[in-house]
Amino acid sequence: MKEKENYSTRAEYFKGFRDGLPIGLGYLSVSFAFGITAVNMGIPPLAAILISMTCLTSAGQVAGIGAIAACGSYVEIALAQLIINLRYSLMSLSLSQKLCAKYSLFHRLTTSFGVTDEVFAVASARPGEVTPPYMYGLITLPYVMWSSGTALGALLGGILPDIVKSALGIAIYGMFIAIVVPPARRFRGVLVVSLLAAALSCAFRFLPFLEPLGGFSVIICTVLAAAAGALIFPKPVEDGEADD
Amino acid sequence: MTDTLYLCLSILTMALVTYLVRMLPLAAFRKKVKSQFLLSFLYYVPYAVLSAMTIPGIFFSTGTEVTAATVISASVGFAAALVAAFFNRGLLTVAISACCGVLAAELVMMLIV
Repeated sequence: MKEKENYSTRAEYFKGFRDGLPIGLGYLSVSFAFGITAVNMGIPPLAAILISMTCLTSAGQVAGIGAIAACGSYVEIALAQLIINLRYSLMSLSLSQKLCAKYSLFHRLTTSFGVTDEVFAVASARPGEVTPPYMYGLITLPYVMWSSGTALGALLGGILPDIVKSALGIAIYGMFIAIVVPPARRFRGVLVVSLLAAALSCAFRFLPFLEPLGGFSVIICTVLAAAAGALIFPKPVEDGEADD
Repeated sequence: MTDTLYLCLSILTMALVTYLVRMLPLAAFRKKVKSQFLLSFLYYVPYAVLSAMTIPGIFFSTGTEVTAATVISASVGFAAALVAAFFNRGLLTVAISACCGVLAAELVMMLIV
């Protein structure tokens, strides 16, 4: 049991650091756009940067600056964050099952700050257990690039030609596809869950009677699709990973 | 329009709620789950979350306002990403493929129209 815990802290950190590069590059374009949007809404550049440095969440931040620009109440702001970011609870819960035995409460308190959609996706796609230095490494570049991208967008937005901004807008989704497709090819369960979640998500987007639930869309789709997958295609237990 | 105190407290509220939502399950859930259902459920969560966020969102991800042209360019980018991911390319390659697909589609449409 104990000898399994041996790993080189430095090697783990750099492994995470490298895995964080594509996430960071994707964030650079998204946060750049966020910076521009925030300033256009009348948020001071410094505030936009501060939001990115303390929240680290794309959809939540966009909703947040919308509420601030409209002088919304604190309750309104808190509720919007809670609903939009509730999916992180599911991710943290899922991630908690992959953490190595050495993962102390202190490391949980610090690294949980950096659990974003992409960080979570990469960490959970990693074979085996997740160690604290790997998580710190993984979070480093996304955090730095998310913050600096916001600063760039807020301070000197509008210098990129429209066509480049347009092409960068899809980068984040390209990354999601890279994470879902390979396991979906190998496991029918992943394929079915992904298609089901996508279909449900379309229903929430396009069916008018589901519109009032829009803010909860991602979390409802996730719970329904993952529960269906767990019922129809239970994952074989025994030492952790089914992949590879 | 926005005074500094309001701005600071709003940012603090956002940061606090977002952090708690992430931190509580990770800090509180120290045991390994035994239930087969819950294990399977948690295993499927990432794929469900990412799929729900990608579709249909990806089709509206290009351009500043959604038009038929931006949906077309996004669809080309989507197809490019699917092909690259199907052949097990890495995260960055797939993301760049999507961007190049969008860029190519928009350039072609600029030439035609």
